[in-house]
Amino acid sequence: MVEQTDIRVVRCGGSKICFSTFLICASGDSVKVFSTRTEECVHVLHGHANQVTGVALNPANHLQVYSCSLDGTVRLWDFIDGILIKTFTVGYKISSIYVSNKHIGVIFIILPMQKHFQLVAVRLPSALEQELEARELSAVLSDVSPVPACTAFGQGVSPSCLIFVCFRFKLKATDKKGARNAFTCVACHPKDDCIATGHQDGKIRLWRNFNQKKEYTYSTQHWHHNAVSALCFSPEGMHLLSGGVESVLVQWHCKEVNKKNFLPRLGGAIAHICVSPDGQMYSTSHTNNKITIISSFRVSAVIQGLVKGAKNKLPHLMIDPRTKALVLNGKPGHLQFYSLERDKQLYSLDIVQQEYIYQAGLDQFEVVKAALDGTASWLATVEQRGSKISSLEFSLKLWSFNEKAQSFELNTTITAPHQNMITAMCFSPAMDTTMLVTVAKDDQFKVWLLGSDLDEQTSWSCEHLGSYHGLQPTNCCFSGDGSLLAVSFAEVVTLWSPDTWELLTTLCQPPGTIEDLCFGRLSCSKYLLGTTTKNLLCWNLLTCALEWSTSMDVCVLRTDPLSENVAAFCHNSGKTDLFVFRPSEPRPLFTQKAVCVGRVQRCIFVPREDPLDSCDEWSQWLNRSRLHFLTEQMELLTFSTRAEDERILNSRKELLVDDSVAMTPFYLLLGKHRQQQQEKQTSVPSQAADRAQLPQGCVAIRELLHTPAHVLPPASFLCSVFLNSLLISNTDEKELPEQEVDSEKEEVDSEEEMEMNNGPQGVRTQGSVGEAPPSLSRAEEKELRRLRKTDFSWVTSLTSS
Amino acid sequence: MGEFTVHRVRFFHYMPSAVRALAFQPQRQKIAVARTDGSLEILNRADHLFQEKVIPGREQRGTEALAWAGQRLFSAGLNGELVEYDMQELREKYRLDASGGPVWTLTCNPQGTRLAVGCEDGTVKLFEVCDDGIQFERNLAKQKGRILSLSWHPSGSRLVAGMAGVIWVFDAGTGQSVHRLLVERGTGAPRSKECVVWSVVCLSDGTIVSGDSSGNVKVWDGDTGTLIRNHQVTKWDVLALSVSQDETSLVAGTSEGTVVQFQHLSVVLGREDKEWVQTRTFKNHTHDVRAVLELDTAVVSGGMDTQLVVRPLLDKIDVKTSASALRKIHFPHRRLVSCSRTARLLLFQHRIHLELWRLGESEGTGVPGSSLPIKRKPEKLLHLKTKGEEHICCSALSPCGGWVVVSTVTNLRLYRLQCDETISITKVSKLPKVVSSANQICFSSDSSYLFTASTCSSVHVLALSQSGCTFVCTLKPKSCSGQAILLLTASDDGKWLAAANADHEVQVYNLQKRKAYCTVPVYSSGVTAMSINPATNNLFMVHADQQIFEFSLEQKQYTDWSRLVHRKGLHPQWLERDTPVTNVTFSPRNPAHVILHDMYMFCIIDQTLPLPERNSQLVNQLTLRSLPEKERRAHSHAFKICKTFKELLFVELLEDQSLVVIERPLLDITAQLPPPVRQKKFAT
Repeated sequence: MVEQTDIRVVRCGGSKICFSTFLICASGDSVKVFSTRTEECVHVLHGHANQVTGVALNPANHLQVYSCSLDGTVRLWDFIDGILIKTFTVGYKISSIYVSNKHIGVIFIILPMQKHFQLVAVRLPSALEQELEARELSAVLSDVSPVPACTAFGQGVSPSCLIFVCFRFKLKATDKKGARNAFTCVACHPKDDCIATGHQDGKIRLWRNFNQKKEYTYSTQHWHHNAVSALCFSPEGMHLLSGGVESVLVQWHCKEVNKKNFLPRLGGAIAHICVSPDGQMYSTSHTNNKITIISSFRVSAVIQGLVKGAKNKLPHLMIDPRTKALVLNGKPGHLQFYSLERDKQLYSLDIVQQEYIYQAGLDQFEVVKAALDGTASWLATVEQRGSKISSLEFSLKLWSFNEKAQSFELNTTITAPHQNMITAMCFSPAMDTTMLVTVAKDDQFKVWLLGSDLDEQTSWSCEHLGSYHGLQPTNCCFSGDGSLLAVSFAEVVTLWSPDTWELLTTLCQPPGTIEDLCFGRLSCSKYLLGTTTKNLLCWNLLTCALEWSTSMDVCVLRTDPLSENVAAFCHNSGKTDLFVFRPSEPRPLFTQKAVCVGRVQRCIFVPREDPLDSCDEWSQWLNRSRLHFLTEQMELLTFSTRAEDERILNSRKELLVDDSVAMTPFYLLLGKHRQQQQEKQTSVPSQAADRAQLPQGCVAIRELLHTPAHVLPPASFLCSVFLNSLLISNTDEKELPEQEVDSEKEEVDSEEEMEMNNGPQGVRTQGSVGEAPPSLSRAEEKELRRLRKTDFSWVTSLTSS
Repeated sequence: MGEFTVHRVRFFHYMPSAVRALAFQPQRQKIAVARTDGSLEILNRADHLFQEKVIPGREQRGTEALAWAGQRLFSAGLNGELVEYDMQELREKYRLDASGGPVWTLTCNPQGTRLAVGCEDGTVKLFEVCDDGIQFERNLAKQKGRILSLSWHPSGSRLVAGMAGVIWVFDAGTGQSVHRLLVERGTGAPRSKECVVWSVVCLSDGTIVSGDSSGNVKVWDGDTGTLIRNHQVTKWDVLALSVSQDETSLVAGTSEGTVVQFQHLSVVLGREDKEWVQTRTFKNHTHDVRAVLELDTAVVSGGMDTQLVVRPLLDKIDVKTSASALRKIHFPHRRLVSCSRTARLLLFQHRIHLELWRLGESEGTGVPGSSLPIKRKPEKLLHLKTKGEEHICCSALSPCGGWVVVSTVTNLRLYRLQCDETISITKVSKLPKVVSSANQICFSSDSSYLFTASTCSSVHVLALSQSGCTFVCTLKPKSCSGQAILLLTASDDGKWLAAANADHEVQVYNLQKRKAYCTVPVYSSGVTAMSINPATNNLFMVHADQQIFEFSLEQKQYTDWSRLVHRKGLHPQWLERDTPVTNVTFSPRNPAHVILHDMYMFCIIDQTLPLPERNSQLVNQLTLRSLPEKERRAHSHAFKICKTFKELLFVELLEDQSLVVIERPLLDITAQLPPPVRQKKFAT
């Protein structure tokens, strides 16, 4: 059963980022914790039911973080371990959060109030329960901007003096004619009473002396040529960082105003800037869903999510079968390969191979079409510049996959392959030939074949040129086995044989131009589906007659490559409905009204790695592949079943139980084992419990196999544990005390190890460290040496038992 | 308004000279402006920055520094001389060689008793200001290199001197140096290029602020001699500094043409310790800002681009009025052109020469707005150079076009001019002894008399004839304030002469009886232009605050129209204009039409029409044109303003109802300036 709430938004590069050794960022419905060194996502803090709008470190405890969300809750997390500590329910949609170290126990949030937004102070109740209701609200300011960057918190020196800076855009927008000096963002100096504001025209103003009614004063700095979108002071107030659409991070020196440093080519407009509490590292988040970590003013790490370009120009989403990655427009002029499972960009392929200039109004090359052949050994791309026919420049590029380099290499560039814009392009799925068909607005379709020259360098050339009565072709599609090519010319669908290039038949169903075409798969391959603006049509190719047609405004039509299912998104009065059906059956398998607001742009079935075995009639279509779709806001949404959700939830609970002890591979291996034994000892042993043990044992094995070899104890020690975990053991009760002691020792050890790993991160050990290593340089070596010294006699006792 | 044939004259190549120094006299709110040609202007800040007095300069005598000592004004220049000016007679009082080579800087202590002079030879000389002059007092310890900037501590006990690479702090009592502050050149500057301290300011708490050639404004602790803060303001030079009276604000003028403000603010609100923080930047100049003044509510700056900019500090001003708007002073507030209406001749006054031009002629008629074909081109008839070093003080062309008179501070010359087919000019050799020089010159309308303004507000009357020039009499005012006469005007019928002086007094003389007739009631603002109506003999005066008065000479009282104007009040838009009216004339055909102009517009006041309502449109000529004939009457008012011509130096109506408009586009002035310092502009 698929529910409305199951639609998950996979969105990254969220609204706010915080720092310590970890980088915390709001991403969709969750908060992600990244390691600043390895760029890896350490934890994903799930729990919010709606988009997370802000995160803020708890000023009272620097290992805790507050997050706020549109679901009306503020949650307090321990981000080191990824535990939800408390949930405060406010009951309004919260659009941003601020904390002050002068006001412990109070957070400031922005809430919508009737027509405008209000800044509200919330006293957090200090009861012990996990879920609390925060009802003690007091309004601070009304009519503020909901944009988080438009409010900042000053560290007022006297406790009575509390400085909030919020801007009312209407009032202050301009007092000079023609000047674009509306405020865009604000930041407060951490030490001095100085406020920095960014403006629409790219100026930064530093305001001082603002407690006087009239005698406030400001100085203006101007470098950005477009609106300043983010401002941030370094913790000591020595530097001011600013960023904008130019994708250049500017570091201003507060003492020497004319001196500034630049960090250019960050690869996307800067949306937020954040500085670590020690001032060592900066982080910028970009509008193209990227987080850059900058240490000593050099880029040290990049966390790249799904690039949400200005507009996805590709007509279809594609799946790279090799990496199971989604292929879509990335950075301007690039194609990105995006792993759906890991929410991470795998790599970005530079198609245009020209420097992109970040300036509005420039006409630059963009990738408008791309196609992958069945085995992903060939990639065809079309890049285009200019929209008018007089200034149109476009070229077709064919890329071959290089196995050695594991990337695509440019094979052939065809400049101006057609007289006019290419409207559709597809590879033949047939195994024996590599064939590409392009249809263009010059009333022709062209067939391109890979030449079999004697030279080792093979290239593509035009094989055939077809047209039909001077009509303009709109789309093309190969049948599943590549034996038929369907090309739609206005209202007519023509079927061609790819072997002889003979026109086999024409299908026509006026009125309406055919927009989308696809063949049915597997058992339904005799059907050809087509859409017009008003109708969905299905022809039977055996009878060459219309099988059925229904009246609906289909915006996207896509077939599942692994089943007969076809997904059609229909636009209906501002919302989009989803129908999943088989061409052979009159009844849809699945319908969902109002999947999202606006038109769905693209969709794709992504094959699952391990198929589900859901028997539920409604969710059967999701068994073999997953449906992802892009909305008008370029949000990538997907469908998930309840079973999946539960599984995710379960795995999280599992982690929560273990949170009392630090998680190390070693602990997973041994600690879990102990847990099972404890469980068995406490509960009544039953057959069912024994059964359940087997997958747990599997976990131990997996941990063993997945842990890097250099941190594992010698195999001779592990072997017996490993073997034992596979056995159904029946331990005696008297062995328990010894075990306890040992495992505690292990705990201490493992915690020490953690301390080494995290370096300066924290003093979290609870003492009782037997022999502290004199130096940390060869920590692991010593660790192992100590492990060897440890008494592992219990292992033998285990094996003997 | 009527339609005119317009002579649009652009061949008067007037070129103002750069501003070199500024000095402010706080008691009388006077700003003294020294220009590079040695001329001096006194602006009255209380009177809408009207340029009250102009003391012409001299060739080869540039002014480097200015200082007020109480009411007395001193200047010094690279010729090594100190000059005191006579503010009443508008000339130098005396000059004194400082005997230390070229003088680079001059400052007066806040008590107004001592002058400090920085010389080329590295000495700082102290002069005592006595009642009748100045007297050398002592030399301070001699240094190597020239002294470029000086500043007194407000108590007068210390003196700070800036040189190349060093700032010296002297004890004014002993004359010994107390501190030596080394000024480093900026990083990256070549070794050969020394860091020159162009300007220093000493504050009452002992802090010393310096501006130098590497673009830094440095804040020093004067007691310990240590650098507190360094502000890199520009890549080029910081040329001038000025601090406000209460020492909370400091401005610095740079070579880039910017004026940077610093404010003494507490960094954390509510705390006592304050810092100098760079705040605003004003960019109103294209070239070097050589002089700045911080006047608490405004910043005055001037430099190589010859304009004087008064930038208000809006945070210090409570009510926004026309007086608190940004003002730029480009042109002098007096006439440099005289015109002969009948002979169609124009006389242009330059610094050391005069130019006489004959206007061109055109034929045919055209639609309004089109340009007519030229039959005869304008012709430069004469280029008359004065002898000696002194600059021209005033000049005049007689209405008949037969006489030209020109005066410097010491010398007056009268020329007889004959221009029929050929031009001939003869100097009238024997002038009466009394008229050696003149502040202001005026001819009677029939060109038979010449009036020259002289010392003590007296006017000499000379009779002109073919044979020569004879002295007639001297007109003296009843009560003499001794101020120099700034404006002279004679009536058309030869009966009256009006003279306005720098104390805002307007004396009227009866020329037939040859004695003083009456005094127009003194108004608080200076007269910028006046003229006597040929038909009614009413004296029409325009003041610096844009007020208009009409005084009937026969009845010795203001006319009804003038009273009406003041009862109703002038239109706010009229009062908001920031350039003074510099010329008033009357239409020969219709004496009720008064023609006046300022820098940005000329206006015809039709005294028969009703005055504009307060909320009506003042500049309404375009709207009127779009209205049908019948409604025009109802909407038209007395002020008919034309803004077609910009940057006007002079407007006059000729005999044949054609209008002479002399324009001097500011772009042409800018084009003649030397190139400014190179600045990196975005995307260049």
